[in-house]
Amino acid sequence: MRGLLIRALLPLVAAASLAACGSKHEETPRKAPSAPVVITNAGQQIDAIRRGVPIDKEASPLPMARVENFDRVRPVNYEMQPPTIPHAIDNYQLTVNTNRCMLCHTRSNAKKFQAPPVSDAHYLTRDGKVLEEISSRRYFCVQCHVVQTDAEPLVANRFEGLNTTLAKEEKQ
Amino acid sequence: MTTRRDFIRASAVGAAASAAGIAVPASFAETATTAAPADVKWSKAPCRFCGTGCGVQVAVQAGRVVATHGDADAEVNRGLNCVKGYFLSKIMYGTDRLTTPLLRKKDGQFSKDGDFEPVSWDEAFDVMAAQFKRVLKAKGGTGIGMAGSGQWTVWEGYAANKLMKAGFRSNHIDPNARHCMASAVTGFMRTFGMDEPMGCYDDFEAADAFVLWGSNMAEMHPILWTRVTDRRLSHDHVKVAVLSTFEHRSFDLADIPIIFKPQTDLAILNYIANHIIQSGKVNEDFVRKHVSFKRGNDDIGYGLRPDNPLELKARNAKDAGGSTPIDFDAFKEFVEPYTLDYAAELSGVEKGFLKHLAELYADPKVKVMSLWTMGFNQHTRGTWANNMVYNIHLLTGKIATPGNSPFSLTGQPSACGTAREVGTFSHRLPADLVVTNPEHRKHAEEIWKLPDGLIVDKVGYHIVEQNRMLKDGKLNAYWVMANNNMQAAANLGNEGYPGYRNPDNFIVVSDPYPTVTAQAADLILPTAMWVEKEGAYGNAERRTQFWHQLVKAPGEARSDLWQLMEFSKRFTTDECWPAELLAANPAYKGKTLFEVLYRNGKVDRFAPGEVEAGYANDEAAAFGFYPQKGLFEEYAEFGRGHGHDLAPFDEYHKARGLRWPVVNGKETRWRYKEGTDPYVKPGSDWQFYGNKDGRAVIWALPYEPPAESPDTDYDLWLATGRVLEHWHSGSMTMRVPELYKAFPSAVVFMNPDDAKARGLKRGDEVKVISRRGEMRSRVETRGRNRVPSGLVFVPWFDAAQLINKTTLDATCPISKQTDFKKCAVKVVMA
Repeated sequence: MRGLLIRALLPLVAAASLAACGSKHEETPRKAPSAPVVITNAGQQIDAIRRGVPIDKEASPLPMARVENFDRVRPVNYEMQPPTIPHAIDNYQLTVNTNRCMLCHTRSNAKKFQAPPVSDAHYLTRDGKVLEEISSRRYFCVQCHVVQTDAEPLVANRFEGLNTTLAKEEKQ
Repeated sequence: MTTRRDFIRASAVGAAASAAGIAVPASFAETATTAAPADVKWSKAPCRFCGTGCGVQVAVQAGRVVATHGDADAEVNRGLNCVKGYFLSKIMYGTDRLTTPLLRKKDGQFSKDGDFEPVSWDEAFDVMAAQFKRVLKAKGGTGIGMAGSGQWTVWEGYAANKLMKAGFRSNHIDPNARHCMASAVTGFMRTFGMDEPMGCYDDFEAADAFVLWGSNMAEMHPILWTRVTDRRLSHDHVKVAVLSTFEHRSFDLADIPIIFKPQTDLAILNYIANHIIQSGKVNEDFVRKHVSFKRGNDDIGYGLRPDNPLELKARNAKDAGGSTPIDFDAFKEFVEPYTLDYAAELSGVEKGFLKHLAELYADPKVKVMSLWTMGFNQHTRGTWANNMVYNIHLLTGKIATPGNSPFSLTGQPSACGTAREVGTFSHRLPADLVVTNPEHRKHAEEIWKLPDGLIVDKVGYHIVEQNRMLKDGKLNAYWVMANNNMQAAANLGNEGYPGYRNPDNFIVVSDPYPTVTAQAADLILPTAMWVEKEGAYGNAERRTQFWHQLVKAPGEARSDLWQLMEFSKRFTTDECWPAELLAANPAYKGKTLFEVLYRNGKVDRFAPGEVEAGYANDEAAAFGFYPQKGLFEEYAEFGRGHGHDLAPFDEYHKARGLRWPVVNGKETRWRYKEGTDPYVKPGSDWQFYGNKDGRAVIWALPYEPPAESPDTDYDLWLATGRVLEHWHSGSMTMRVPELYKAFPSAVVFMNPDDAKARGLKRGDEVKVISRRGEMRSRVETRGRNRVPSGLVFVPWFDAAQLINKTTLDATCPISKQTDFKKCAVKVVMA
C-alpha cells in the first residue's frame, strides 16, 4: 500500500517542477531582523527562541511575518511529503460547499492554471478504493499543505532527507 | 507567460468544474516502483505528537532518520498524516539539541546563580544525588518531587512511578497531563468508576452526528478530523455541530455552528438533558437497568490557593467531590430550570441552533458521537462538564455501541498509555488503583516485591500545587522530565518562576532541547527522544503501540529510562526508607534503589538477546538486561484479569497497536456492552462494571460562574490554545523550519471592532495585561480564527511570547486541572 502511495505522488513532483517555470517574483523577500542562532557544541546558546531575553523579561515581538507569494514550487525532502503552498491563500473559502484550492489544483483544471494537480493518492478512499473525484478524507487541504512566511528560522535544522542523500550518492 | 493569478482573473467561476469522469492512470495498478537504496530500512512507529496515535513508517539510512511516511497499514490513519506528522522526520535534528549535561557553576562548583557549564554525567549525577540526599535527610521523601509527562513512554512512566512512590517514598509525582485531561479522568471515574473511553475510533465511520464540545479537531486532531470529514461529506444525512467560544477551522464543516459565552456550556448541557426528559425521549428501559443518580456538591471553589477569598467563601471547597444519591424524579426536577429560554439567554446562542443540537441527542434514530478536549477539560468545572455530557448519552442509552460514543480526545501521545494507565498522577497507582486505598497499596507492593507499608497513604502534590510548594519552600528537590511546565503552567511570574529560582531548591530538567523550563533549572540533562530509544505509547482509543530504537541519540544524550535507573543506583534503602520498616524487612537493608526496584527478579528477567534482531537497544546494552520488556511485563500484571488486560510484550512489536482489554489475543472495541466486551456478564446487555452495582451515574450539577470574568479594568476574555503547525510548547515544532515558517510567532487574535475601538490595527505591537502579569505580542484581526467581540485568543506555543504570564492558576477543584480558557485581560498599544 505504501509503495502505491509513493508511486502516486511521482506525477505531482514532475508537475510541480513544470509549474515553477511559470512563476514570477511579485515581492522582494524581506530580511528577518536577526540571523538564525546556531548553538555551539559547548552548549552556550540555550535560548535561541527567546533571542537571549530572560524568562522574567518581555522582548518586543518580531515583526509580523509575511506569507511568501512567489508561486515558486519548493522542493520536498522526500516523496509523500506534502509540498508547502507557494502563494497566499487569504480569503480562500474552504467549506462544505466550496473548496477554493481545487479550482486550480483539480486534475481537470490544473493545466489551465499552471498549478500542480493533486496527486493520485488524493483519489483513494480510506479503504484504498480509487475514486474519480478527490477523496473526502483529503478535503481540507490545509491540514497537510501550509503556507510559508518570510520568517527566518531561529534554530537551524540538520535533517537530510532521502532525496538529498540519494542525490549525494549519485554524485559520488 | 501568463501567471497563475492572471489565469484566475480571466476565469469565470464556472471553470471550477469537478474532476468527475477523469480516468485513472493505468500506471496506478502497476507494481513497478522507484527502487529504494538497499541501505534504507523502514520501520513502524507511532507519531511523536498528539493523542491521536497515527502510525508512521520511518526510513533510516546510515544511522539517521531520512524520511517518515504515513503508515498505510495503521488502522488509525491509513496512510495519512497531518502537516506535523509529514515533517516528523526533522524533530530530532534541531541544531540546539542538548548533547551534554549542563550545570550552573561558579568557580568550578555548583552554584544556584552560576552560569550553565557542560559537565560529565558523573558530575551531574554526583551533584544531583548530593542535593537529593540533603533534602531526604532534612525532610524525607516529602521534600522530593517530579513533574512527568504524557509523552513518557509507558515503561519510563512506570519506572519513574516506582522510583518516586516506592524508592523515595514520595507521591509528589504528577504529569503535565494534569493540565490536559485530568478532568476527563475524574469525569470517567465519577460516572463509570473506570478510566478511559468505552468506544473507539471505529465510531467515526458509524455515527450520524458529531458534536464538538470545546474541541478544534481540524487543527488539533487533524487525522481524526479527516475521518469526521469523510463521514460527513460522503453521507448526506450526517450532521456536524461545533461549539466553541470563538470561530475556528472546525466551523468550516459545521451544520450547527454555536458560539457560546465562556462557561455557559454547562447550562447548554443541562438544557439538553431537560429537553430529552421534557420531550419524552428518555430511554427508560436503559435508565432503569443501567443508571443510578447522584447530586454533586455545588459551590466548590476554584482550586486556587486555600487563602484566596474565592476559596474562603466557597461552601464546599473542602469537599468538592462530595455527593448524595438521588433518583430520576429529583434529577428531572434539578434540570427543569434549564429551559431553552434560560440556556439561550445565558449562552447568547440562537434558540434554533440550541434546539437543533438537543434534537440530535434526543432523536433515538440518530447515533451521536460527542467529542471534546481542552474546552471541557481546561475548565474550572471540567469534571462536571465531563459528567454532564455522559448524562445526555446515558439518558438516551446512546453509549458503547458503534457510533453512539461520548469520546474524550487526548492531547498527548501517551496521556492515556502512560499518565493514566500507569498511574503517574499524585493519587494513582497502575490500572486505576489509588494510593489512599490500603488494599491497592498492598497489591502494588506485592507486585513490586517490596515491603508492606512502604507506599505513602497520602495524595501527593499535583503539578499546579508543585509550583506553589516550590515557591513556598516545601518541595526542594525537583526533577522535570519530558515536559515544559515553565511555559505550560498558568501564572508563570507568580507561581512558576519563583519556585525554580528559590535558593532552597534544586531543579533538574531532562529534555532533548533547551526549553524555557530548562533555562530556569539548575541542572539540564540531555535526553534521547522518540526513535532514539525503544518505546510504547497508548493513544486516546486505548490502543497501545510500540516502536524499536532506530537511531542513536546524539552526543551523550540518554533516555529518560536510563536516567531514572542509573540515578537510582546512587541511593540505598537506608537513605530513603524509615529504619523501622527496614528492621522489619532486613532483606532490603543496604540495597540500592536500583537493586530493589529494577534488579528485583522481574524487571531484569529478560536478556538483552531478546531484543528483536536488527534493532539496537542502548538501555539493554547498558544494564545487561532488557528493561523495557521486564518493566512492561511487571506493569501488565496490574491489569491482566482486571479489565485492563495487555497482550504479551512481543505482540505489540508485530501489531499496529492493540486496544485494551486484550483478552485471548483479541482487542476490545466497545467496552461495557455485551457481545463486544468479554468482561460483561452474559444476559446483562450493558454492564458498567467499573462501579460495583454495574450502573453508570447520572450527575445533577448546576451552572456556576467562572473564577474570573471581564470587568471595567480588564475588559476582555482571554482563551489560550494551539495552532495546527505547532505541538504544545513548540519545543519540537519550532525547530522544524517548514512548521516554524508556517506560523512563526504567537499573535493576539482579536475582533476587528475591538481592535478599532482601541486604536489598533493588524500587526501592531500590544501588551496583553492581566492582574498577574503581561506579555507582548502583535494584533491579528484576520486569519484562521474569528473571535467575537469581547474575547481574544492567544496560542501558547511560542517561547518568546509567554502568554502564561497572564493566565490564572484556577483549576477544577475536583480534577485540579487548570482552566486555560477563561481569565480577564486588557490589550493596550505597547
